[in-house]
Amino acid sequence: MDIKSMKNYLYWLYCQFELITCSYLMEPWEKLLFYTFNITMLVMVLYAAYIFVPVHVSTAFQFFLHLVGNQRENTVSILK
Amino acid sequence: INHIVHNGGLYKRPFNEAFEETPMLVAVLTYVGYGVLTLFGYLRDFMRQWKIEKCQNATEREEQKDFVPLYQDFENFYNRNLYMRIRDSWNRPICSVPGAKVDMMERVSHDYNWTFTYTGRVIKDIINMGSYNYLGFAQNSGPCQEAAAKVLSQYGAGVCSTRQEMGNLDKHEELEKLVARFLGVESAMAYGMGFATNSMNIPALVGKGCLILSDELNHASLVLGARLSGATIRIFKHNNMQSLEKLLKDAIVHGQPRTRRPWKKILILVEGIYSMEGSIVRLPEVIALKKKYKSYLYLDEAHSIGALGPSGRGVVDYFGLNPEDVDVMMGTFTKSFGAAGGYIGGKKELIDYLRTYSHSAVYATSMSPPVVEQIITSMKCIMSEDGTTVGKARVQQLAENTRYFRRRLKEMGFIIYGNEDSPVVPLMLYMPAKIGAFGREMLKRNIGVVVVGFPATPIIESRARFCLSAAHTKEMLDTALKEINEVGDLLQLKYSRHRLVPLLDRPFDETTYEETED
Repeated sequence: MDIKSMKNYLYWLYCQFELITCSYLMEPWEKLLFYTFNITMLVMVLYAAYIFVPVHVSTAFQFFLHLVGNQRENTVSILK
Repeated sequence: INHIVHNGGLYKRPFNEAFEETPMLVAVLTYVGYGVLTLFGYLRDFMRQWKIEKCQNATEREEQKDFVPLYQDFENFYNRNLYMRIRDSWNRPICSVPGAKVDMMERVSHDYNWTFTYTGRVIKDIINMGSYNYLGFAQNSGPCQEAAAKVLSQYGAGVCSTRQEMGNLDKHEELEKLVARFLGVESAMAYGMGFATNSMNIPALVGKGCLILSDELNHASLVLGARLSGATIRIFKHNNMQSLEKLLKDAIVHGQPRTRRPWKKILILVEGIYSMEGSIVRLPEVIALKKKYKSYLYLDEAHSIGALGPSGRGVVDYFGLNPEDVDVMMGTFTKSFGAAGGYIGGKKELIDYLRTYSHSAVYATSMSPPVVEQIITSMKCIMSEDGTTVGKARVQQLAENTRYFRRRLKEMGFIIYGNEDSPVVPLMLYMPAKIGAFGREMLKRNIGVVVVGFPATPIIESRARFCLSAAHTKEMLDTALKEINEVGDLLQLKYSRHRLVPLLDRPFDETTYEETED
């Protein structure tokens, strides 16, 4: 029951995507071209995110930690 | 609700007009849709040029390619690449009289709308929400049809001559007297074609050295007539009285552009109901301005005659004003009277002048007698002179249908433009794919609608336009509303956020912004 309504909902979402990007009006080979292009772009973006985002996040984290750590040392030295 | 007070008590009834703003997300997504279609349009054109795909639209022969081109390729870009994809929603062949219900031939296309073939089936009893049939006179049986048939056997189909030569029949004189009595003016003249009434008579009334102030959204016939006349044309914002007053003040103060002489005549061109927006002109204010600045008013009541007003006499009757205040009252017989043609009504000197000097009177064939009889019978029916109360009942039925339909659509959450009392109901669609989808889905559910896209409307504001009729019963409207609700949920058309933007009745300056009520 739940799976059927889930599938209907997903189909309805797909119809909305078709209407908004006008692929509802395209001939089948145009749709194939359009979807291939979109899916390729999406996969490339996700792959790049998978490889680069953890490295960038950890570098940024280290940088901020270093900045904050430095500040704490400086304030401590002044107070002394 | 505050409108009446602000306008000095000119309006005897509330004037409720609203044009809800396009939601930002919807506008962005519409542009995205058009962008994708443009890219694919370029791709298809490229393929057609390099013969990878067969070119199915009109091109010149090989021998003529060196000559001046006959077909401008880029101008038809929109036509080839968008219109062709959704062309099956327009020009559908019907096979019965287009009354409240219509029969349609079913057709399919095997090459994506470049050619159509009939399957042979006839789809019966489609609820017709696209015909301009405001009072339901589009019938092929009844008193109008019988009278027209009798006149056809008496007078024949037509005289093939102009009004000034041999084409003037006693039927035409009878019609003109009746039209003058219906409108409440001194005299009237009728022409064979509504478009020609505007485009051929405005040049007879104004010329060089005159000024025409025309509304932004006027019909092509008014624009053509204004351009043909040779007068200077200035455009004011749609139904915006502050803009019109500013233009009038500038015209009186500065006069003609180089010589600073006063203008010979100032003519204001407005329409009664604007058919793409569903808005009604602010006639009391226009008349007040016209009197203050001593200019003339030309009112085109193509859609509002018969459809507005407690006795069906148009927008002048709706506001309760004096018909003698409007200098030239023009209208057509196509919409509410179920016939063809147009008329101009006004003072006797004006109409006598037009009988001699108008191009339509001198060169155009006169109206055909059966058509004239249809107008006479339907007009007498509306005026209740044929002994029945059918006309009055129809006018009231149309007003009830209008209010009910508009209220229900607004409650459902669609964006509806226009005035609450206008029988033309535009429902906003915005996205190009939804134009085609809406037309097709409604036809699947046996309802025929008219969808309108780019050249007739601004590019992102495409809409579906419903024309209500006195022939629609409440059951038909309820069926239609149920289907519209379903299709609205299926296609996600319920954009309204119930934020009505009240019209600008405060002084118009650059710091004015729109109010919203949450």
